[in-house]
Amino acid sequence: MLKLIKSLKRRTPLGWLQLSHEKTRLLVALAGIAFSDILIFMQLGFQTALYASNTRLQSHLDADIVLLSPNARNLVNLSTFPRSRLYQAMDVPGVETADPMYVQFSDWKNPQTRQKTSILVIGFNPDRPAFELPELQEYADEMKLPNTVTFDRNARGAYDEAIAAIDRGETVKTELENHTLTIAGLYEMGASFAADGTLMTSDRNFLRLFPRRRPGGVSLGILHVEPGRDPEAVAQALDAYLPKDVDVLTKEGFIEFEKHYWATNTAIGFVFTLGTIMGFIVGIVIVYQVLSTDVRDRLPEYATFKAMGYRNRYLLGIVFEEAVILAFIGFFPGVGVSLGLYALTRNATNLPLYMTLFRAIQVLTITLIMCGISGAIATRKLQAADPADIFG
Amino acid sequence: MAAITIEHLDHYFGHGALHKQVLFDINLEIETGEIVIMTGPSGSGKTTLLTLIGALRSVQSGSLCVLGRELCGAKEKQLVAARRHNGYIFQAHNLHRSLTAAQNVQMGLELHSQIPRREMEERAARILERVGLSDRADYYPENLSGGQKQRVAIARALVSHPAIVLADEPTAALDSHSGREVVNLLHELAKEEGCTILLVTHDNRILDVADRIVSMEDGRLTAQNGRAVEKNRTNSINTVLQST
Repeated sequence: MLKLIKSLKRRTPLGWLQLSHEKTRLLVALAGIAFSDILIFMQLGFQTALYASNTRLQSHLDADIVLLSPNARNLVNLSTFPRSRLYQAMDVPGVETADPMYVQFSDWKNPQTRQKTSILVIGFNPDRPAFELPELQEYADEMKLPNTVTFDRNARGAYDEAIAAIDRGETVKTELENHTLTIAGLYEMGASFAADGTLMTSDRNFLRLFPRRRPGGVSLGILHVEPGRDPEAVAQALDAYLPKDVDVLTKEGFIEFEKHYWATNTAIGFVFTLGTIMGFIVGIVIVYQVLSTDVRDRLPEYATFKAMGYRNRYLLGIVFEEAVILAFIGFFPGVGVSLGLYALTRNATNLPLYMTLFRAIQVLTITLIMCGISGAIATRKLQAADPADIFG
Repeated sequence: MAAITIEHLDHYFGHGALHKQVLFDINLEIETGEIVIMTGPSGSGKTTLLTLIGALRSVQSGSLCVLGRELCGAKEKQLVAARRHNGYIFQAHNLHRSLTAAQNVQMGLELHSQIPRREMEERAARILERVGLSDRADYYPENLSGGQKQRVAIARALVSHPAIVLADEPTAALDSHSGREVVNLLHELAKEEGCTILLVTHDNRILDVADRIVSMEDGRLTAQNGRAVEKNRTNSINTVLQST
């Protein structure tokens, strides 16, 4: 190791000198790597945002354990299970409360544009709101009033004027399933890929809005365990005690359940992975082009080095040195532009797109691998550097 | 002791129908410290012989001993090691475009891992001064004239004190004045260092620096004008001129 550092210290940094001497070539390479890094950052960002936004409701759920139908597929397709399972759950030691939650995907009239828009409606016991959102407690009494709901301030769509009106204290009314709704207040949740926005109200209001939904058919059971109890252990006890027509998940398990659905049952995960691979390949091609042009241009110089007695290994080292330098200095403009694009996307779509240290390291590693592969292919051209050719 | 001993050396290019013999039974001995010029028409095999001596090609048959090491049948690794004892000067200077004159010269020393960085810099600066280019040390080759570039190339070849210098048409790309300067410099430096020089050239203007002139034609050594060169230089040059 010490020997390596010593030999690096006396070595002429040829890779760097060659790159910095050819400014145009260096710029082309940097632009190419930055471009491919931006592609990868956007794909990975969207993928993470997809999972995060689709589990935002689950993450805000005020529950230790949830009960759901074995037919449940995801939050908007939960199916139902018999309410009696909630009463049975109360028999299990450690369970403190068990409340029903009802979920229905529906259409409402956008209060601002009067256009029909899809919306996710959630009903629960207003005295024990199903979500950890302070606003819900505040509007508990309003939600008990007939056809009165609360609305997601961060919903995707043209709601800005309606939200401003509610903030001014005006009464905003709209229609859903032939009922006239009053929006009593706002909470902050955010759009997901599945639902542009949510409405929350009391379970009674929910059943009034959707008369075909029976109170006995529960979408989700919201359970709290007694303080000091391990939710994991209680969940196992519940699973053993309850009939097979209901599944038991901890809150973390429920978040994973939703992520797993989006990862396996839709093309979205595949699409973003493919996008990442495309960015990677674009990067390899561009870096390979730059490095192989450089090697071809310098064949007489490399052949001279070989004639002087430099080993092939030394020339390989130069090409890989160039690859690593390109990876590092191409990465930073890539991160910079990606940060800007993340902010732009966040403002335009409300998707939770954030740069994390983990992702930055992940993409830097991908970039190094990318440049390494390009370098490895480019070194094949070195074979053409024949020291016998340089005479005459 | 002879620096280079060649006995019954044959060499072939190509395979199958294109198989062609380019060197025929070469026998040559070059003493340590001797300056030998090799002349002959294009395609006579001079360059091939030079690359064989320089360990840039594998020797196929016969015997080629350089500094006491047999190159016939040597492995790639041994060839690379043998190259490190030689200094090369090319027709095209072959300097590295992205390195300054000083850095180019240092590349001739970096091979020898026992020399520390500081010493490399000092020796490069010293030899550049010796070839009259200390004020051009930080220039890139593109900003040097042809003669200056060739002087940097000579500095690079000689900075590691090689036992043998192999030069291929070092004056071909230069005007007569620069060519003369370059050859004189090569001559002086080699004499100071006591190294053996084998120089391939078409350039009749520089034949006088040689201790001996050998000429090649169609892959065979045709004439060896030995020490006679020293005694009767003009005469021997004329002989060579007539023979080429």
